[in-house]
Amino acid sequence: MRASFVQLISALGHFFTSRIDRLGLAARFAGALLVSLSIALGRLPLMFREVYFSGVRSLSIVAVSGLFVGMVLAVQGYEVLQRYGSAESLGVIVALSLVRELGPVVTALLFAGRASSAVTAEIGLMRATEQLAAMDMMAVDPMSRVVAPRFLAAIFSMPFLAAIFSTAGVIGAWIIGVKLIGIDDGAFWSQMQANVDVRIDVLNGLLKSIVFGTAVGLISVFEGYFAAPTAEGIATATTRTVVISSLSVLLLDLLLTVMMFRGLS
Amino acid sequence: MNRSRFDFAVGLFVAIGLLAMAFMALKVGNLAGFDSGTGYVIEARFDNIGGLKVRAPVKSAGVVVGRVESIGLDAETYEARVLLRVYPNYRFSKDTIASILTSGLLGEQYVGLESGGDPVYLAAGDRLGKTQSAMILEKLISQFLFSKAAETPAKAQ
Repeated sequence: MRASFVQLISALGHFFTSRIDRLGLAARFAGALLVSLSIALGRLPLMFREVYFSGVRSLSIVAVSGLFVGMVLAVQGYEVLQRYGSAESLGVIVALSLVRELGPVVTALLFAGRASSAVTAEIGLMRATEQLAAMDMMAVDPMSRVVAPRFLAAIFSMPFLAAIFSTAGVIGAWIIGVKLIGIDDGAFWSQMQANVDVRIDVLNGLLKSIVFGTAVGLISVFEGYFAAPTAEGIATATTRTVVISSLSVLLLDLLLTVMMFRGLS
Repeated sequence: MNRSRFDFAVGLFVAIGLLAMAFMALKVGNLAGFDSGTGYVIEARFDNIGGLKVRAPVKSAGVVVGRVESIGLDAETYEARVLLRVYPNYRFSKDTIASILTSGLLGEQYVGLESGGDPVYLAAGDRLGKTQSAMILEKLISQFLFSKAAETPAKAQ
């Protein structure tokens, strides 16, 4: 009885210490990554290669998702707005929800699933097949050669992808709202332009996506770098990347939204 | 895949991304209307501003000629102190009347400027002499009810 009680308490303790341990490891990893960034920034072609694999290859899924999300928003928004006789505000509702929230957040979630999981698997397999150790032997720093370019590529790609998502969404809403439902074209755009502020809405949205890019990029390279060098370890690491990335994007979004948009009107 | 094809793909990606950003700035948002800091500020005082908000439009004859810069309360007179930033290419006479109007029945509130006949123009920092406060629906209803209540006994006699 007494022994099992002690076990229970130490299990509880282990639950927290192991997580704090992991957080400390991530913080030290981020510190080392920060140091290697200066070298990686001097070799930008390496980063652009990763931008191709992470960002450019995610372009189609992001654009198509944006288009459909915008269309769905238009259909649902119109349904409610026309009850109050203000269907012309459809453009405002769709544009604000896309530019402020859905653009950065959904793009980051898609990116975590489409690109970050691949980065984790790639680095994890490099670790498992001892490619990273081999690089170290050749006096090539794997941090600045492998990890940093992939991290930078996530930060670099995210704002562009978020902008493309929002733009595709607005065009999707325009197709549904103006072309199919028949809202006045001029009212759709002019109401949108009158109510979307470039600094408050558009720039804050892009700032959000840069923060999300940093978080998702860091998580993916961290999980890959410290993946257990087995098939199961890599599988666990990719799953963790997607789960932790998604949760931290949503949590960061709440914090950023409160910081950016609270106290406005 | 060789280096130049990566460069091409990434360049295309960045170009599309920049186009999307330009679209958001110019077509979704209105960068042209984002010119706070230019123009001149005039002051107007109202007994009641209703639901007027900062950045609400300032219109003359229905045309947007500026934005509401800030709203505050004068601690001495208990009047609302509204600063209006008017675009530099518009000039208004000294005896301009500012009134708070509503676009549509339930639309947003804006400041309407009606220029007078004074040959002297308003300069930065000037205060508008004549203003008309916002129409408060509750006050109108209570006025209407009171006048109805005052009428009824007169008819009964």
